[in-house]
Amino acid sequence: MSDTLETGRGHYAFAESQFHLWRDGLFAAFAWGATSAVTWFLPDVIQWGATGTFAILTGIIALFFLVLAVLPRQRHATLSHYGPWFIVLGLWLLVWEVTTAKLGWLPKPFFSPPQGLLHVYLSNWDRLLICIAYTGRLWGLGFFIGISAGFLAGVGLGWSKRFAYWGMPLLKLIGPVPASAWIPCAFFIFPSTFQASVFLVALASGIPVAILTASGIAQVNRSFYDVARTLGAANRWQVTKIAIPAALPNVFVGLFMGLYYSFAVLVVAEMLGAKFGLGWYLQFNTAYSAYANVYAGLLIMALLCAGLVKLLFSIRDRLLGWQKGIL
Amino acid sequence: MPAVTPLGLSFDHVSHGYDIRGEVLPVLDDVSLTIAPGEFVALLGPSGCGKSTLLRLAAGLELPLRGRTEASGQPITGPGPDRILVFQEATLFPWRTVRGNVEAGPEARGELPGKAPRVDEALRLVGLENFGEAFPHQLSGGMAQRAAIARALVNDPRLLLLDEPLGKLDSLTRLNLQKDLIRLWQDRGFTALLVTHDVEEALLLADRVILFSPRPARIIEEVQVARPHPRRRDDPQLIALRSHLLAALGVLEDV
Ligand SMILES: Nc1ncnc2c1ncn2[C@@H]1O[C@H](COP(=O)(O)OP(=O)(O)O)[C@@H](O)[C@H]1O
Ligand SMILES: [Mg+2]
Repeated sequence: MSDTLETGRGHYAFAESQFHLWRDGLFAAFAWGATSAVTWFLPDVIQWGATGTFAILTGIIALFFLVLAVLPRQRHATLSHYGPWFIVLGLWLLVWEVTTAKLGWLPKPFFSPPQGLLHVYLSNWDRLLICIAYTGRLWGLGFFIGISAGFLAGVGLGWSKRFAYWGMPLLKLIGPVPASAWIPCAFFIFPSTFQASVFLVALASGIPVAILTASGIAQVNRSFYDVARTLGAANRWQVTKIAIPAALPNVFVGLFMGLYYSFAVLVVAEMLGAKFGLGWYLQFNTAYSAYANVYAGLLIMALLCAGLVKLLFSIRDRLLGWQKGIL
Repeated sequence: MPAVTPLGLSFDHVSHGYDIRGEVLPVLDDVSLTIAPGEFVALLGPSGCGKSTLLRLAAGLELPLRGRTEASGQPITGPGPDRILVFQEATLFPWRTVRGNVEAGPEARGELPGKAPRVDEALRLVGLENFGEAFPHQLSGGMAQRAAIARALVNDPRLLLLDEPLGKLDSLTRLNLQKDLIRLWQDRGFTALLVTHDVEEALLLADRVILFSPRPARIIEEVQVARPHPRRRDDPQLIALRSHLLAALGVLEDV
């Protein structure tokens, strides 16, 4: 009996895989296809660069979804998971295209149609790449110096009562001060503007890490230390093998906050006479009302930040696998 | 594992208390107590009377306000791996595997290299040889408590201090762990000091049961349980001792 049941199910699954259509893929193809058609066939109210390229690009993407929709075996599981997102993205592009380039409802200097952004990427990619590299250097130095210093300070504040007595009020005082308020100070203290910028990024990322590490270590269950002491553990072992691992979930909350703050402060940090960098690019183009370039730069920053957040999540999941419910 | 040289323990007119907003809350009141090397002693008393405090003093996690605490003639001045305390909650380090938890003691003292067979043996003694790579949140309450006992045993304690280690377990797991404890005590030869709130458990396990008054704890009664292991709970002598202890605790038996 179980035999027939299994063959029955096997048949069903086989039939399904033969005739199954990825419906979301089909809808996505329609949405992207519509964007492509509207872009190609309707006239632009004003001249924008890259209109044809944008139509072709969205058309290719529409075709890609169409092929995936009818070829289920080659479809990737994660792709189909994001099916609804692809539909909404396609519709969003369609609305965006129609309201800007085709109808001109959203006025020119402030709003740019999607092909405006595409044009920026196509014509300005070399400069953007240099900006990404400059920002990467500034962010990388600032963030890693900041979180290292913040982590060490947090461990000290959480572990030592005397350190906390002097440090905690200072940290609470410094914490809410906006980064731009530090600019005069940073300029005065540091010999080069680059170092001053690194300092601002480090400060923005380090402070949440310090606060959360300190509170994490202060919250560690005292019995863990009692156990360690009866096992003959010295102070050093208690800090590195008990206090820090126990506080690690909190440290990661601080790291996530630090990551967001560090990105938010990049624009301010690159105000300090930088000649390249995404933050500089945003300001420069805002000053010239080149909003398409501003949006293009913002999009890159958002994607970079999202990518780093994802990376941090995977590091956290690896290090905190012992926590209930994470894995 | 070879058997260990058990430690004796003596409390000489020990009083202790906790400082609460400038006032001392008296917890132990002039407790004198001698435990012979290799003896198994159970401590009984109302909750909050100071039993855990007494174990913390024996472990060296606290120093007494008055009186002397000694382990085999040496004053107790701090914690040491000779005298290991197993807490009521297993208090396993959740970021370490079961094996990592058992390794904690040797690792902390820098004695881990070469200790792998001993760690395996400790895990086997408590029946967790297949759970070395599990994390504490994956264990049942009984398994967690056994892991905590293995974490203590791997250090070859000469005095094992057990603070209601079976208090929160279901009755079946309790029975099994009680048998395990007796077996380990007989095999390893350490001195055992067990806090429990269960009169029957005290009588099944211990050579001697000491009864404490409500806080501040004073010794109000002491009985020898001169019965061989394995003991049966329907042993008439144990039943008689049980009635005696319950009466001393002020409990009417037929409620
Ligand atoms: N660290 C501490 N600080 C202040 N009071 C404490 C502390 N530890 C225990 N006490 C108090 O001491 C008394 C005895 O506690 P304890 O030894 O844990 O009792 P038992 O284990 O017998 O239930 C309780 O009233 C408890 O509230
Ligand atoms: Mg207690």
